[in-house]
Amino acid sequence: MEHGGTIGHAAEHATSTGLDNRKLLMWAFLGSDCLFFGPLISTYMLFRGKSLTGPYPHEVFDIPYTSVSAFVLLMSSLTMVLALAAIQRGDQRGLRIWLVATALLGSVFVGGQVYEFTTFVHEGLTLSVNVFGTSFFVLTGFHGAHVTVGVLILFSLLGASMRGQLRREDSLRVELAGLYWHFVDVVWIVIFTLVYLIPAPLPAVLH
Amino acid sequence: MQERAHPRQQRHPGPAEYVRIAVVLAVITVVEVAIYYIEALSGMLVPILLVLSALKFALVALWFMHLKFDSRLFSAIFTVPLAVAAAVFIALLALFQRLFT
Repeated sequence: MEHGGTIGHAAEHATSTGLDNRKLLMWAFLGSDCLFFGPLISTYMLFRGKSLTGPYPHEVFDIPYTSVSAFVLLMSSLTMVLALAAIQRGDQRGLRIWLVATALLGSVFVGGQVYEFTTFVHEGLTLSVNVFGTSFFVLTGFHGAHVTVGVLILFSLLGASMRGQLRREDSLRVELAGLYWHFVDVVWIVIFTLVYLIPAPLPAVLH
Repeated sequence: MQERAHPRQQRHPGPAEYVRIAVVLAVITVVEVAIYYIEALSGMLVPILLVLSALKFALVALWFMHLKFDSRLFSAIFTVPLAVAAAVFIALLALFQRLFT
């Protein structure tokens, strides 16, 4: 059974590279997004352990909770790629099931992040209380915004499928949404390790 | 202009292979979190976590994003900015960590 969408797409649009320009553009966008998240992650790492007042990371982070969130987002990458496989074999029902599953998992992740942010604020960690709060909320907030956009894209694809506007030959639309979705997943893989799992040094004021 | 052939473009894997990759990703995540709690490994925690994280990143990019199967041009368009971002990360830490400490 053929699952390859790329070969067919190149034939649809004659291009100098032999590749679909839309997919090329999506990869260029994802490359530019690496340059967006790179400095945000760098800034967080730079200010680790430099806060003069609390709350500090070790006081607010709940690793088991965030691990479950990370696992949910990771599994949404599986359901996303299964949605692509479904449309590539013309399985509309499978496409809708996996799109809904991905959107739900993404929503659970975003909901979890909102709950986490709310808890942190109740514990005194705000955007302006210290450099940890500023760099943490900016980095993870922008990532959460990316996931939210991804969920909206997934629901728009679901709507298109319901209206019969997402056929097997339109599988590239699902593939492009999938690339974006997997990208926010790999960014979280990096954030989960660098921000949550690698312990921040204790601030000088606590020594 | 004549279309160029891209011999590296291959068929994407099927659902069974995607599920196998997801299982590997799940196992790595469990190992990451377990290592975090093992006191005896605290000295090696950072390098182990970085390697596991890079492995997860690579698995998602190669299989789920199909970089293993698609044209090398897609890989280049993604990995060059990724390498620049990594260089910025290293340069910033090298420059400013010294200033702050």
